[in-house]
Amino acid sequence: MTATPLLDVRDLAIEFKTEGGAVRAVDGVSFSVDRGKTIGIVGESGCGKSVTSLGIMGLIPTPPGRYAGGEVLFEGRDLLKMSAQERRGLRGGRMGMVFQEPMTSLNPVYTIGAQIIECLKAHGMRNAREARDRAVELLDLVRLPSPSSRVDDYPHQLSGGQRQRVMIALALANNPDLLIADEPTTALDVTIQAQILDLMRDLSDRTGAAIMLITHDLGVVAETCDDVVVMYAGKVVERAPAKDLFDGPMHPYTLGLMAAVPRLDTDADRLETIPGAVPPPWAMPAGCRFASRCPLATDQCRQSPPPLREIATNRLVACWRAPIEEIAA
Amino acid sequence: MKPNVLDVSGLTKHFTLGGGLFGRKKGVVQAVSDVSFSVAGGETLAIVGESGCGKSTTGRALLRLLEPTSGSVKLDGEEVTGLSPGRLQALRRNMQMVFQDPFGSLNPRMTVRETLMEPLLLHNVATGKRAHEATARLLETVGLAAHHADRYPHEFSGGQRQRICIARAIATRPRLIVCDEPVSALDVSVQAQVVNLLQDLQREFGMAYVFISHDLSVVRHIADRVAVMYLGRVVEEAPAAQLFADPRHPYTRALIEAAPRPVPGLRIAAEPPKGEAPSALNPGPGCAFAPRCPLATDLCRTTRPALEPAGAAGRVACHHSETAAGLSVAEAPPQSPQLAARLAVMARARAAQASGTPA
Repeated sequence: MTATPLLDVRDLAIEFKTEGGAVRAVDGVSFSVDRGKTIGIVGESGCGKSVTSLGIMGLIPTPPGRYAGGEVLFEGRDLLKMSAQERRGLRGGRMGMVFQEPMTSLNPVYTIGAQIIECLKAHGMRNAREARDRAVELLDLVRLPSPSSRVDDYPHQLSGGQRQRVMIALALANNPDLLIADEPTTALDVTIQAQILDLMRDLSDRTGAAIMLITHDLGVVAETCDDVVVMYAGKVVERAPAKDLFDGPMHPYTLGLMAAVPRLDTDADRLETIPGAVPPPWAMPAGCRFASRCPLATDQCRQSPPPLREIATNRLVACWRAPIEEIAA
Repeated sequence: MKPNVLDVSGLTKHFTLGGGLFGRKKGVVQAVSDVSFSVAGGETLAIVGESGCGKSTTGRALLRLLEPTSGSVKLDGEEVTGLSPGRLQALRRNMQMVFQDPFGSLNPRMTVRETLMEPLLLHNVATGKRAHEATARLLETVGLAAHHADRYPHEFSGGQRQRICIARAIATRPRLIVCDEPVSALDVSVQAQVVNLLQDLQREFGMAYVFISHDLSVVRHIADRVAVMYLGRVVEEAPAAQLFADPRHPYTRALIEAAPRPVPGLRIAAEPPKGEAPSALNPGPGCAFAPRCPLATDLCRTTRPALEPAGAAGRVACHHSETAAGLSVAEAPPQSPQLAARLAVMARARAAQASGTPA
């Protein structure tokens, strides 16, 4: 492949200033997304997945935040070197965003139509009639029932699932090339979640937009993503095509996560757990950050951080012990 | 057969909207209507459903944290509804609750010791030095250490706080614990720890659980029996294995199919139910699920189906449960050999670590 990927994140590092000194929430994260593909960023609370997505959009408040290194290339241009105004032009335009909280990300005192029209006008649409038609068309696209009358509804008149549809409509308003969705279905019921995931898949097929999906739910990743990035304590520990990752995860943390998820189809007597907890960001160990919870950890793991290396085609893993099936019984 | 710890029949909770001193009544939200079930000692009954289905209201009405509109709740044969406040408080020793939000359900100004001592002193379980010892034992039982007793809730992680809530609930050795979404706010790896703890405690003390959750995979793991609620009513109830292998209600089936599974490409074919649940303010005469149901007929829209025996040991409220039973549930492929091999390496290493020899 010679074409530049749509989004290429290289060695991104983000720090926050705290009372106890600088804390590195995201440390050397790299991945890329091609057009029409869906990439999932998975991890548990505090692993840096949301900070990564905010960082890509240039929404990290500085201070207390600080970009401590790396590049975010959008079609080859570094977002971190653009002016604030240029970045604002991209957001809501070629880069759409959907957040977790459909209750708080819409303005309660404007109708949903007014909010979509505002977004269209901010990105160059002049004709009011045309903007309103486009708003109705977008609401229809996200399958909101009777869009031509609901366009005049206020957010409180909609259910959670409907509000999330409006958020997606907003994100899609200007035909973005990249849709960043941070836990878009976490606040929703399962049947509604299934509808929203279907909708996102369908939209990416039709418009060719790339999707970056941030989630803690391995099930959601399995259903929607082409590629997966697994994060732990601010670092990427594993990167792989989704099918390969679920068939054979390489990193002990990914394995631990998969074993800890209760399954619908089998009834194990006891759930596997990962003992211990994530080290606090101000006391990161020198070596592998998972070492203290990993049963396979050696002195090497405790002393030097494992690099993310390609262990098989398209399979990247940051573990000194991988592939672990070679460890003698 | 073990005697039932909890017997619920015809439990109903309606909320009146409007009213007030001069206001006009605007309507009645039928949050819970005619719910009946029973739970034996040491058994876990899960109540599942989506937001607004009345599962939390049911849980609260059981303990009379909300006053039921009508119906009967019996704990060990004693009627809970209509008890005097004094007697009710005494009975609360035997029924406790664990809430979803471990951040909101602990008093931030009380140390863990004070939090745990409160039920002990209130119910005269232990006093003085014995109460302090009991606190230390409780903390160890839930996997924390005695030295945690003098800390405040903000010093703990979400999983640890939920352990404290569980310690508080088991302090009086209750017969029944109502767990309202106890692991929904926790990360996967921590969730597994708390689920295991709940199961260990049940084996040790023989409590009955009413486990309220929206997460079917957790329910599948922890429950002996499952009741599925939709818009205030139980639509299906069955032993867990039967419910997941042979769901009789179209809504149960839809829930199972909509649950995301960590198997790529498995669910793509299944069509999620369209639309959303109707309002509990005005549910209409027929089956509440009819507007979303692929099997609905005119009968469903006009007559509400009764909850009737179905399958080996279940009950279902559906006019078309025979048709629904005929449909197949998508099956997950077996675990890949590669994944199994790697998990085995991990398990061996953990076992070796636990027994003190290096891997």
